[in-house]
Amino acid sequence: MNTVMAIIKKEFTSYFISPIAYVFIIVFLIGTNFMFFQPFFLINQATMREYFGLLPWVFLFFVPAITMRSWAEEKKSKTIELLLTWPLSDAQVVLGKFFASLAFLATAIALSVTIPITLFIIGSPDPGPVIGGYVGALLMGAAYLAIGLWVSSHTENQIVAFILAWVAIFALMIIGHPMVTMKIPAVFVPLFSYLGLFTHFESIERGVIDSRDVVYYLSVTGVFLFLNAQSLGSRKSE
Amino acid sequence: MSENSNRLMLEVHGLNKRFGQVHAVSNLDFEVKKGEVFGFLGPNGAGKSTTMRMITCFIPPTSGIVRVDGLDTAEHDLAVRKKIGYLPESTPLYSDMTVREYLSFAGKVRSLRGNRLKERMDAMFSVCALTKMANRQIGKLSKGYRQRVGLAQAMIHDPDLLILDEPMSGLDPNQIIEIRHLIKRIGSEKTVIYCSHILSEVSATCGRILIIKDGRVVATGTPDELTSGHRSGSQYSLRLKGDKPSLKSGLASIEGVSGVSVDDGTDGWYDVQVNTASKDDIGEALFRCAVQNNWSLSELRRDHTSLEEVFTQLTGGGK
Repeated sequence: MNTVMAIIKKEFTSYFISPIAYVFIIVFLIGTNFMFFQPFFLINQATMREYFGLLPWVFLFFVPAITMRSWAEEKKSKTIELLLTWPLSDAQVVLGKFFASLAFLATAIALSVTIPITLFIIGSPDPGPVIGGYVGALLMGAAYLAIGLWVSSHTENQIVAFILAWVAIFALMIIGHPMVTMKIPAVFVPLFSYLGLFTHFESIERGVIDSRDVVYYLSVTGVFLFLNAQSLGSRKSE
Repeated sequence: MSENSNRLMLEVHGLNKRFGQVHAVSNLDFEVKKGEVFGFLGPNGAGKSTTMRMITCFIPPTSGIVRVDGLDTAEHDLAVRKKIGYLPESTPLYSDMTVREYLSFAGKVRSLRGNRLKERMDAMFSVCALTKMANRQIGKLSKGYRQRVGLAQAMIHDPDLLILDEPMSGLDPNQIIEIRHLIKRIGSEKTVIYCSHILSEVSATCGRILIIKDGRVVATGTPDELTSGHRSGSQYSLRLKGDKPSLKSGLASIEGVSGVSVDDGTDGWYDVQVNTASKDDIGEALFRCAVQNNWSLSELRRDHTSLEEVFTQLTGGGK
């Protein structure tokens, strides 16, 4: 466990060494704040519903940017050969990188706390959905991150990692969208709409934590972290 | 058997590695005793790094057994990795970290904590002469310093077995001498496997050498054994003045001489090479022969086969 902490710490600090991280966080904050506050005074309601509704789309770009470097850089600079000959299990390394990226995402989300503060100053929103929305956003982010990390473990090119992670997350989003579900045989519709990320956005938007959605997000996260460890192990069967 | 394993740091038996059609390592067998500095020599692409990757548990062998200090790498993966310090070929390091941060991280993943970690880091700073660079970013260091950081990382947990893959590449002659001293110092207490394609390096540091070509062992032994053992006879070079045919016949008649070749030199001098079938010294007989025949003699020396020659012959260099 201590070694996992050492990896988390190292990975987390390495995000902040490069200026890119600050740029991402600033773009994320300005973007979400702008998109939230622009229609806010028109709607004239003190809720964060609109904000949490934006996050799935914002994360679609933000999360691949966080994860693209994780494995691709290790592969490119060959540091992976040292990392995987240190006395660490593949699972420890994967978890270390995952929790570091989650901590980074959580930091970015936490910095958006200006929005609820503003709301509480100018109105009186219901705190329950706000907290629920943040927890949901983190769970959803975890699932995105696991996908992004898994994609990054297949390439040594960061740009490729970014684009493929975007494609993978987007694909998982739209399989549950009516756009797709209207065109497939009716038998598959429940399956597709369950698997699609889309179906599980709604409760987050409302700030309600539904245990089915929690199970869904944790499962997606778990599956992709497992696949990530498998893809590290694939060097062994080459 | 158990007594035997106690003396051995590394045992490799029937090791094979295939990448698709390519047979990178085939039927490799060797043993490294505790406290030995073992040279692993071969031209580029001979399978050195692949072998090291199998020993360090980065990739598994296609078949064969690797035992480190009696532990099978296939079964005791993590325990084996704890015993090994490894410097991979291209010295991969996290270039955005400082030397101190990096060594601290390397120590922590090796389960070093608190005072012990601090103690080992200080030891590495002084052994690898990195104190001045402690707070520099690794990416901004020169190649020589990066190499030392790589060494420090490999030694931070005081490993039983240190594996260095091409540790001298990219270093200037002064740095090479420094690192060579460092390796010798470590080698006096620890077992070191030193991979290289540069002979002079290996012969200067290693007690025993294994030469590998196309994934197979072609020779193994001490540097002396390799140089003397490889050629059965010896060779003499002489510079003589005299009548060419009589030079040839006169020298050929000496006991033990198996071949004479005479090249025209300058001003009536001839460059003569005499080969013998055995290792006996015939220097005196050559001299007497010259005196008896009234030849002038300006040079007489016994040629030593260099490790370079052995290496070139064994690995078919230049072909």
